[in-house]
Amino acid sequence: MRALSYKSGLMAGIPIFLGYFPVAMAFGLLAKTNGITLGEAIGFSALVFAGASQFMALNLIQSGAVFMEIVIATLLLNFRHFLMSASVASRMETKKKWTLPLVAFGITDETFAVAATAEGKLNPRYLIPLEATAYIGWVSGTACGHIMGAALPEILQKSMGIGLYAMFVAILLPSVRKTVWAGVLAGVAALVHTGLAKMEVLPSGWNIIAAIVLVAGAGAWFITEQEE
Amino acid sequence: MGVYGLIIGMLLATYLPRLIPFLILSDRPLPEFWRKFLKFIPFTALGALIFPGSIQAVEGEPGIALLGVLAAGICAWFNGGIILSVAVAVGVVGLGLCF
Repeated sequence: MRALSYKSGLMAGIPIFLGYFPVAMAFGLLAKTNGITLGEAIGFSALVFAGASQFMALNLIQSGAVFMEIVIATLLLNFRHFLMSASVASRMETKKKWTLPLVAFGITDETFAVAATAEGKLNPRYLIPLEATAYIGWVSGTACGHIMGAALPEILQKSMGIGLYAMFVAILLPSVRKTVWAGVLAGVAALVHTGLAKMEVLPSGWNIIAAIVLVAGAGAWFITEQEE
Repeated sequence: MGVYGLIIGMLLATYLPRLIPFLILSDRPLPEFWRKFLKFIPFTALGALIFPGSIQAVEGEPGIALLGVLAAGICAWFNGGIILSVAVAVGVVGLGLCF
């Protein structure tokens, strides 16, 4: 299998950049209206680098939540990245161990999705440019939203909300065309996640984790070598 | 505890779950079951990320959101690629919101 190049990493990062930028602008603006300074808003995006958790934090700060409450909610909401990192890490081949903490920092739903379906050996030469492009989109979008004190026009912003989901669909479907099992696993996981979310038994961040683990586990159990 | 203290706390909460698997798993051969398990995670994760989240992606308009996802799906199925699929979905939702 050929190794993936830094160029293909950069190219693969561009759609993520475009998807992140408007969402980050909305975060920057919302942070500003909640009394968060420009430095703090950039600090959130540059150090936490986790979209949903950042929006949640703004919400919780406003409702007067205490420090530990926000940190634990963040941990729950982002624990799914543990699984995604594990999946990427098991496919990584590199002698440069020092790059691993960097690669790990850049794992998000979107960079994971792109990396996980990329054909070829995963290495830092591909992953770091991919993640850096996404990262720059997220941090610069945050700064833009805060400085301009405006988000995009409402109809544009509302329509762009679908963008990242459309990206997930576009990343998934080529795999489904190749192996039926990819589609079956994704479909069942979607159903299980929807079902769990409806039942509201688990705390919200755990529904997606349970769906990912249960269905991947069932797949590993039932799908045989030849079929996978 | 100021905002920067909170940022550091959240940094640890988001970074440690991403970091630990890399420290444990890289360059280590795994038993058959776990190899398959990790191999299937991208598909189950994508499925679970797309639903039910996408239905709520357009505030108050689940039908339009679903139409957007469907449009992206058709475009991607016929090898439209990521950027075109996203553009088509955003366009469909934009149009849907105009009417």
